[in-house]
Amino acid sequence: MDNEKDILEVRNLQVNFKTYAGDVKAIRNVNLDLRKGETLAIVGESGSGKSVTTRTIMGLNATNADIVSGSILFKGQDLLKKSEKEMQAIRGQDIAEIFQDPMTSLDPTMKIGRQIAEPLMVHKGMKKEKALAQALEMMKLVGITDAENRINDYPHQFSGGMRQRIVIAIALINYPEVLIADEPTTALDVTIQAQILNLMKELQDKISTSIIFITHDLGVVAGMADRVAVMYAGKIVEYGTVDEIFYNPKHPYTWGLLSSMPTLDSSGDSLPSIPGTPPDLLDPPTGDAFAARNAYALKIDTEKEPPFFKVSDTHYAATWLLHPDAPKVTPPAQIVERQKKYAKMQKDWLAAQKASTPIEEEEEQQ
Amino acid sequence: MAKYLAKRIFYLILTLFIVITVTFFLMKLLPGTPLTNQAKLSKSQIALIYQQYGLDKPVWQQYLLYLAGAVKGNFGTSFQFSDQPVSYLLSSRIGPSLQIGLQAMILGVILGIIIGALGAMRQNTWVDTTTTVVSIIGISIPSFVLAVLLQYYLGLKLGWFPIAEWGGFIYTVLPTLALGATPLAESARFVRTEMVDVLSSDYIELAKAKGLSRMGVIYHHALRNSLIPLITIVGPLAVNIMTGSMVVENIFSIPGIGEQFVKSVLTNDYPTIMGLTIIYSFMLCVVLLITDILYGIVDPRIRITGKAN
Amino acid sequence: MADTVKLPEDSFKPITADDRAALDSEKIAAPSLTFTQDAWRRLKKNRGAWISLIILGIIFIMAFGSIFFSPHNPNAVNPSYANLPSKIPGVNINGFNGTLVQAGERVDAYKQAGASSLHYIMGTDYLGRDLFSRVLYGTRISLIIALVATLFDLTIGVTYGLFSGWKGGRVDTIMQRIIEIILSIPNLVVIVLLILILKPGMTSIIIAIALTSWVNMARLVRAQTMEIKEQEYVLAARTLGESSLKIAFKHLLPNLSSVIIINTMFTIPSAIFFEATLSYIGIGISSPQASLGTLLNDGQKNFQFLPYQMWWPALILCIIMLAFNLLGDGLRDAFDPRTKE
Repeated sequence: MDNEKDILEVRNLQVNFKTYAGDVKAIRNVNLDLRKGETLAIVGESGSGKSVTTRTIMGLNATNADIVSGSILFKGQDLLKKSEKEMQAIRGQDIAEIFQDPMTSLDPTMKIGRQIAEPLMVHKGMKKEKALAQALEMMKLVGITDAENRINDYPHQFSGGMRQRIVIAIALINYPEVLIADEPTTALDVTIQAQILNLMKELQDKISTSIIFITHDLGVVAGMADRVAVMYAGKIVEYGTVDEIFYNPKHPYTWGLLSSMPTLDSSGDSLPSIPGTPPDLLDPPTGDAFAARNAYALKIDTEKEPPFFKVSDTHYAATWLLHPDAPKVTPPAQIVERQKKYAKMQKDWLAAQKASTPIEEEEEQQ
Repeated sequence: MAKYLAKRIFYLILTLFIVITVTFFLMKLLPGTPLTNQAKLSKSQIALIYQQYGLDKPVWQQYLLYLAGAVKGNFGTSFQFSDQPVSYLLSSRIGPSLQIGLQAMILGVILGIIIGALGAMRQNTWVDTTTTVVSIIGISIPSFVLAVLLQYYLGLKLGWFPIAEWGGFIYTVLPTLALGATPLAESARFVRTEMVDVLSSDYIELAKAKGLSRMGVIYHHALRNSLIPLITIVGPLAVNIMTGSMVVENIFSIPGIGEQFVKSVLTNDYPTIMGLTIIYSFMLCVVLLITDILYGIVDPRIRITGKAN
Repeated sequence: MADTVKLPEDSFKPITADDRAALDSEKIAAPSLTFTQDAWRRLKKNRGAWISLIILGIIFIMAFGSIFFSPHNPNAVNPSYANLPSKIPGVNINGFNGTLVQAGERVDAYKQAGASSLHYIMGTDYLGRDLFSRVLYGTRISLIIALVATLFDLTIGVTYGLFSGWKGGRVDTIMQRIIEIILSIPNLVVIVLLILILKPGMTSIIIAIALTSWVNMARLVRAQTMEIKEQEYVLAARTLGESSLKIAFKHLLPNLSSVIIINTMFTIPSAIFFEATLSYIGIGISSPQASLGTLLNDGQKNFQFLPYQMWWPALILCIIMLAFNLLGDGLRDAFDPRTKE
């Protein structure tokens, strides 16, 4: 773990929700890092704990949430120990969030110019005139056409894609260091989706912000992310760079996710899917939570939770299959194909390295 | 906007026209004339009085004359007070009713908003429970029961307020309280429900993510969105106050149109009843018109529809 | 990153599909309920609504039971037993034990009147009539009025609204205009006018109140119908060739049922309130007949010295209205699956 480049560190996070039926263990020991300038994607199905993790970072959980243990270090300070007032100063200023449904994320009775200017007025104490002027600039930056005239319009006068741009403008206006994007394109048409994702990449450079991108759509991950963390039943089961996860996945759950995603190379009549449903977190199973749905499950999966096994410096997976004593298994066909591609990619990369080394040696000598 | 306004005003006039017509012919159906209590008059005297009231003309002519008069504000002469034109009776009495009615409405709605908002903000705490209890009691106790109780305990026993009649401001306090209880309860309940809804919406979540304080979120975002729908219940509240005023004015002997309505009904004073019906309708239509227009102005989703993508 | 943990021998045996199935904690959490069962369960949880339902049940039974079984004749005048306070057998709290404060002293009013062997649970009025019997009778009248009003609601109101909402267009606009005109006169005024024409009396009050209550129901049903008819299952039914009437009964009504039931719960206290108000003013049912309104009027006259004569009918009236309001609220929450539990 490279501490100087980490802007956000989540350590040993455990979050429960108190309900009438008991305590739901929503987050069960999660560790995450966000490096400066990168885009980290968190992937998982509904209920895996993705949103709860980011809510906990923002401090916006419901009142029945109980943070059992753990720490969230932002620039060295533990957010979980901060008071509500201190968190309010951070939200919208240092850490910002954009939400899933642009149709309901904006206040229907407030002009959008004012809504975009609000973070400036709240955090920087700016006067309305000045804040609105900056809001106008921001509107142009996110690609809202005819911004001068539209600054006094209301949300219902904009399309879904435009509204999401407004939400992005609101989030980025204070140039936050961390942007949390909770499924920002799930509710949009595919073509608009592409536009919004491009916009986010563009702005990430301009504003130099680090992004945590939550999604269940692997296609989006491929286009946006630098690193990926796969979550299941309140835990991270595998993480690595985007190439490593896509082309050399090691956890059966990741295999399942990738196999169920149709690609141009997919052949055959039926699309594979992962049978069953995630476990009830009121009473999590002992051992690996994925065992019941895992065709590759071992006996030890029912007894002990697998620790993280190292695959490379940047790639770790929590599956007993990586234990030296574990039997060798053949992943599903699609995954085997990917791994072949990966091997080829590695070879090419090494070859490219060799080709450029003589030049480096020359440079060193000089 | 102007077109909408014109259409609504047209409907207002049409409605009043129909109300006048229907009440006129209803009254014609009723037995009873100014002479009901005076059977001892001679034929020529009866004919004279009939002529005086215009009752000797054919019905359709009476109707047109009435209509013409109504437009000018002339509603004929009262049967009960044979020397007084109905319009005079009404205009001299409408002041107290309007005053109490407006006071009750303003008091009720403003307090209701405060109580309802507090309840929503502190949901499921004792504040919220108190709010709900107050609202429910306010809705369930009829205004006249409340009026009697107030009159007895605050007026007679404690002597804080006069128990009847009309004088200065202090005479309006008890009636206002009695009439204002239901608007208060209804508003509180409504605002609480709306605000609880609003507070769980996505845009409030976004507002919090912007770093606004709790009060900031409520003041800048939650309040406006919660209060706009309140305009829709002002109409029914107005009806409730008009209805309640009939009894409350009676109890406190206030010289208003509510008291007059009851008296006229009990004495079969048809011209006055008609005049009062028309006045009540007119007031209600105006209130409905104003709330309609106000809602259109205040809610941007209705006000601005053209410029959508 | 512990890949050096000591593990037992057979740990890495793969488990079979059957073992996996056994692991699957896909327990069915709760038996699935129909909509009505679910609503009923939610209603029971709401204590206020549940208690209201029980209280209303009791009141209903007592009020209608009084047709067959009443402690005394509500109209029997007994001047010698006039103005006796409440005397509940076995209860010795002042106010309920037949004693009064007269000229500063507490006396046994029943003894004074020579009625020691009698019990009037709510006391008697100024003519010696048993207040309890009169309250029962008056409650019965209020409930009858409420029921008839509900009947009109359900027949005229629902049909009008359904038809108007379903047809849409011109027909709807005209029907709505008519309602708007009716609504532009305050209810009470309309009721009073109707009573004048129909001559004051119990039947005319019932008819007058019923004729003005259906309007609100019609409006609500129309709004809901217009929402429902846009749904795709209605479109599907029409595509299949179902007649409008069949659609109305099979698809629209069941989905309107919650709105209808809830609105009925609020129409009733409104109707009861109007009757009480009218009778109180003297326009509705008049003395000597017993209705909650007339009882309040009579009771008010003696309020200073014999407050119980007004307290009892007031209490019963408020309880009934409160109970219907709470029940209506509870039903509204029970039928809407989205409210927080």
